[in-house]
Amino acid sequence: MNTQTADIGAELRVYIADDEAPARARLKELLGDIRGELASVVVGESGNGLEVIERLPESGAQVLLLDIQMPGMGGIELARHLGALENAPAIVFVTAHDRHAVEAFELNALDYLMKPVRAERLAAALKKAAAAGPVPRERLEGAAAGAREFFSVAERNRILLVPVAEVLFLKAELKYVTLRTKAGEHLIEEPLVSIEREFAERFVRVHRNCLVARSAIRGFERVAGGGDEEPHWSVVLDGLQERLPVSRRQWPSVKAVLPDAKGG
Amino acid sequence: MASIRQNPSPDVLPDFRNLGVVARALVIVNLLALAAAFIAQPDAGRMLETAVLGAALLEPPLLASLALLYAIAPLLRRLAYWPACALIVALALAFAAATHAALGKVTEVGLARMLAYAAACAVLVLAYLTLHLRAYSPALAEARLQALQARIRPHFLFNSLNAVLALVRSDPRRAERTLEDLADLFRALMSDGRSLVRLADEISLIERYAAIEQLRLGERLRMSWDLDQAPMDALLPPLVLQPLLENAVYHGVEPGAGIGDVLVRIERRDDRVHALIENPWRKPGQGGRAGNHMALDNIRERLMLFFDAEARLESHIDGGRYRVEIDIPYRAGRA
Repeated sequence: MNTQTADIGAELRVYIADDEAPARARLKELLGDIRGELASVVVGESGNGLEVIERLPESGAQVLLLDIQMPGMGGIELARHLGALENAPAIVFVTAHDRHAVEAFELNALDYLMKPVRAERLAAALKKAAAAGPVPRERLEGAAAGAREFFSVAERNRILLVPVAEVLFLKAELKYVTLRTKAGEHLIEEPLVSIEREFAERFVRVHRNCLVARSAIRGFERVAGGGDEEPHWSVVLDGLQERLPVSRRQWPSVKAVLPDAKGG
Repeated sequence: MASIRQNPSPDVLPDFRNLGVVARALVIVNLLALAAAFIAQPDAGRMLETAVLGAALLEPPLLASLALLYAIAPLLRRLAYWPACALIVALALAFAAATHAALGKVTEVGLARMLAYAAACAVLVLAYLTLHLRAYSPALAEARLQALQARIRPHFLFNSLNAVLALVRSDPRRAERTLEDLADLFRALMSDGRSLVRLADEISLIERYAAIEQLRLGERLRMSWDLDQAPMDALLPPLVLQPLLENAVYHGVEPGAGIGDVLVRIERRDDRVHALIENPWRKPGQGGRAGNHMALDNIRERLMLFFDAEARLESHIDGGRYRVEIDIPYRAGRA
C-alpha cells in the first residue's frame, strides 16, 4: 500500500453536497477506492444548498465536493457564502454537463470534476484542493453568472443568510456595511461599490455611503435644515421611521430612476 | 397510414379526412367563384348578384364532393395517384351536372359552362393540394422532421450513467435494468422519427424514462399515471410525450428540495386523443429554471407536420401547476 499521503496519518475531512442520493453514494464509493492513495473521512453530506450552509461549518470539513446544480442555492453562490467562514473549506465543483459553468470554471481557474467522476481524477482534485485551501473570493465572483440571492453574515463559526429581497437599505460605516431589514440590522464586510455593481437593478445610490432598495422607496421629503445642516431631500421608506438623506449630487439620478415617486 | 410520407417520390393524394385539407379546398373554390364573378361582372352591384347565384350553383356540388371524398378516403388511398385524380374530377362533374339539372332553370348558366367550372375547380384544388404536400414532402418534411427529432438533455444522460455506476456494486440487477431502460430510450431517440408509433409503445418508453428519473431523484419525484382510458392502439408521432415528461422533471421537480408531483393522463375523447402532463410550477429565478419553449415549439411543429390543423398543443399555469395538453385525432393502427 502506498502510504505517502499529504498529511501522514491524518484523514482528509470531506463534505459531499449533491441532490441525487446515488451520486453521493458513488462519491463515497470512490473515496473508499482511493483510500490507499488518499485517506479521507466523509464528515457530512447534504442534498440541498441551504443545508450545506447550516451544517458544514460545524463538520470541520476541509474539502467540499459540491454539485453546482442543487435545489435551494446554486453552487457558485454557496461557495461564495462559505468563503466568509473562518475555516473556509477548499471546494471542488462537480457537474454532469453544464457548458456555461465549465467555461466559467476554466476562465477563473476553479477546480471541477465531470460526472461520472473517475477515481484518479477525484484523488488528484482532492489533493490539489487540500493543498491550495479555500478558493479566493475574486475567482468565485468572476465565475458567478448573476447576482446572489442572499447576503451572508459570518458569525464566528456559522453563516447567517439574509435574503437580498429583504434588505431595505445598506449603509457604509468605517470598514463595515450595515444591512437594514424590517427585522433588524446586520454587519457585513463587503465594499459598498461592489454591492452597487452586483445589484444595480435592485438598489439605487442616494448618498456617498448609502444604497436604498428601489422597491422600498415610498417617497421623498424636503428637510428644511437649520443650524449647520443644509436643506436637502430625504428618502421615506416603506415600514421604517428612519429617513435617509439624499446627497445633492445623487438627487438628479435618484429622482430620474423613480419617476413615480413624488417629492413632498 | 403508418408514415406520413411513405412514398418519397411519386405524388400522393391529399388526405380528405384532414380538416386542413377540407378547409383549404373550401377556401380555394369559393375564392375562384368570387374571382369568376368579378371577371364576368366588374360592376359592383351586379357582381354581388352574380356571386350569390354562383354560390347557389357552386356550394351543393362542392359540399357533396367533399362529403363523399371524406367517406371514400380509405378507398382513394388504395388507388394510384392519377386514377384517383380522374375519379375525383369525375365526381365533381357528376355532382355539378346533378346540381344543374335541379337548379339550372333558375339561372342562365348553361350546362357546358357549369361543367367547365367544376372541372377547373377540381383540377386547381388537386393541383394546389398536391403542390402543398410536395412543399412539405417528401424530402423537405423528412429533413424537417429529422432536424426536429427530439434531443434529450446531456445533463440527463450523464447523471443517469452516474446513477447506474452507483448501483453496479450495491444492486447489480437494478443497474442492469436501468442500463436496459437507457438503451431503449436511446434507441427511440436515435430512430429516424418519421414513422408514427403506437401509443402503447410511447407509453412504455416514458415509463422507462420515468424509472430512470426515479432512480436519480428518489422520493423527490412522485409520478402519478392515469392511463386507464388511454387508447393503446392510437397512432402518434414518436417522442412527443417523452420530452414533455423530461421538461416536467427538469423544471418542476429537480430545482425543488421537496417532493414534486408529476401527473401523466392520457385518454380518448370520442375521435380525439387527449394527453395531459402536469408538474409543479416554479418561477424562474426563484428556484425555477429558465426555459425557452424550444421543446414545446419543436413538438408543436412535428404535430403539425403529421396532423396539419387537427393537432393542438397548449400550455398554461394554473394554481401553482404547469400543464401541457396535447389533443390529436384518434387514428387506430398497427405501426
